[in-house]
Amino acid sequence: MGKKLNKTAKSNAVTYGMVVAAWAVMMVLQSQGMVSNSISGLLVPVCIYSIMAVSLNLTVGILGDLSLGHAGFMCVGAFASALFTNLTVEAIPATWLRFTLAILVGAAVAAVFGFLIAIPVLRLSGDYLAIVTLAFGEIIKNFLNILYVGKDSHGLHVSIKDSMSLGMEPDGVVIIKGPQGITGTSRDATFTIGIILLLIALFIVLRLIQSRDGRAIKAIRDNRIAAESIGIHITKYKLMAFTISAAIAGMGGALYAHNYSSLAATSAKFGYNMSIMFLVYVVLGGIGNIRGSVIAATILYILPEMLRSMQKYRMLIYAIVLIAVMLFSWSPAAQQFRERYSLKRLFKKNTEKEDA
Amino acid sequence: MSFLSYLINGVSLGSIYAIIALGYTMVYGIAKMLNFAHGDVIMIGAFIVLNALNVMNLPLIPAILVAVVGCTVLGIVIERVAYRPLRNASSPLAVLITAIGVSYLLQNVALLIFGADTVSFPNKITLPALSLADGNLVISSVTIITIVACIVIMAGLMLFINKTKAGQAMLAVSEDKGAAQLMGINVDGTIALTFAIGSALAAIAGFLLCTAYPSLNPYTGSMPGIKAFVAAVFGGIGSVPGAMIGGILLGIIEIFAKAYISSQMADAIVFAVLIVVLLVKPTGLLGKKIQEKV
Repeated sequence: MGKKLNKTAKSNAVTYGMVVAAWAVMMVLQSQGMVSNSISGLLVPVCIYSIMAVSLNLTVGILGDLSLGHAGFMCVGAFASALFTNLTVEAIPATWLRFTLAILVGAAVAAVFGFLIAIPVLRLSGDYLAIVTLAFGEIIKNFLNILYVGKDSHGLHVSIKDSMSLGMEPDGVVIIKGPQGITGTSRDATFTIGIILLLIALFIVLRLIQSRDGRAIKAIRDNRIAAESIGIHITKYKLMAFTISAAIAGMGGALYAHNYSSLAATSAKFGYNMSIMFLVYVVLGGIGNIRGSVIAATILYILPEMLRSMQKYRMLIYAIVLIAVMLFSWSPAAQQFRERYSLKRLFKKNTEKEDA
Repeated sequence: MSFLSYLINGVSLGSIYAIIALGYTMVYGIAKMLNFAHGDVIMIGAFIVLNALNVMNLPLIPAILVAVVGCTVLGIVIERVAYRPLRNASSPLAVLITAIGVSYLLQNVALLIFGADTVSFPNKITLPALSLADGNLVISSVTIITIVACIVIMAGLMLFINKTKAGQAMLAVSEDKGAAQLMGINVDGTIALTFAIGSALAAIAGFLLCTAYPSLNPYTGSMPGIKAFVAAVFGGIGSVPGAMIGGILLGIIEIFAKAYISSQMADAIVFAVLIVVLLVKPTGLLGKKIQEKV
């Protein structure tokens, strides 16, 4: 038992160390002026997508439910935090405080949405759950596209028609402009903040997985009926995992909103194709493998940006790799094949010695 | 009169959803999987019709036949290569994620072959429109043909399932795969046949969809595909008449939402219907209740 705990602690240390080392290397390179503009523009998005992959892996890999609406939670977090920043830009002059609060607001609002959505969704399972989360993601996106929010001396005005029907005083400012979204959010996100948020996300997820609650969640994944029969409260743990996952996605969204000057709920950025992109990161990094998600998101985000000439084939290659990975790792035939020809078996004598 | 014409438009759109939903519901009933790539097979079908018309200069009916054959082959290949190896996988997510991968693959293959630009789809149905009530209510020939095609397909499918050996084999496999195998039914072949029929219907649906809404790009199929799945769930997954009823109701809801509520929120309303149905009656209007066993 003691040996096993050590293993987990070691594995956690590797995960955190990897992220910190990546940050340190980039910081040194940046101070030497060895990082081009195009690369430094990728740093924050890499953090965002790593956070999203970690968050989705909690739902897909640990809870065992396929969520196709993750971009929706990110979208909610992004809009909530950007709205908060735009409302308080005068009231809170300190950037660090305002941004920290904005991230908390993004995470909290996404968590509330995650919780509300989880209540009905978690009565379902498998394919139905996937399609309903997809539906929720699309509903959120559609709704944000018709939402108008403005602020004047009387407070906030909300409309779902157009900016004229907000009925504001002449001094009012429209903050969320329907399909145009939010523009002019202060760009507070930096690579260091991104790395800190990624570490926080990793910490939360790894702590959860290795706790008693996490083991209960995994038990539900592996056999819901058996877990229920030994007294595990299914709904409670599913809600817990889903809400935490949504909150982390909201955090990623907050980072996203403060990295670009304009934020709009378009299909390209927050549609279900984006959710599927996150799923690709999770699957290729290894379902249930948190460190793998970070590595996969980083490589899969940077690689195509470096290989611009391959841009046309990028998605095609992803699709083929996705199918190949699933077939190779999940089909019973491939599993047998791997067992028969695994390195462990070829070096059977060595492993036997180790076991002894 | 506008109410009536909305209603007819709704039934017409719903008929297209119903034809797509038939593909989903049969595959779901028999292989117990959500074939995410079904919507993209529709898109491929529409592209084949378009190219058969414009490049090969075929007349309409042979062009549709080419698409039906092409999509049937595509459906069988997808099932054989991507889905069959995962049929007994330990995690139910495996085949679903693979299906998403296939959907992604088809979109990107289409993107490479046909380009990302939206092309306009020619309207080759040149029959005159039907004019009722002194010209106050005009029903286009496309609308009529769509509705008739849906009824014919539906009736044909019901006959096929209930009156032929292969159809009975499908019912048996959907009931209990293991028992069906013991009775001498070729389970793999039956599932492949289901995919073939679903994909052939997808080709027809692709043609009808693009004739009614004449714009086509590699992403055309995905949204109608998902909505048709909603229709299949609405009607009760696994049930052929259910797919028809669900499809038509969903089409009517969508057109009415566009006309009377908000065109931007129409998709959201369709999805809200799905959520409500799943919460209130998860088995759909005509679905069977499945008891989960340990």
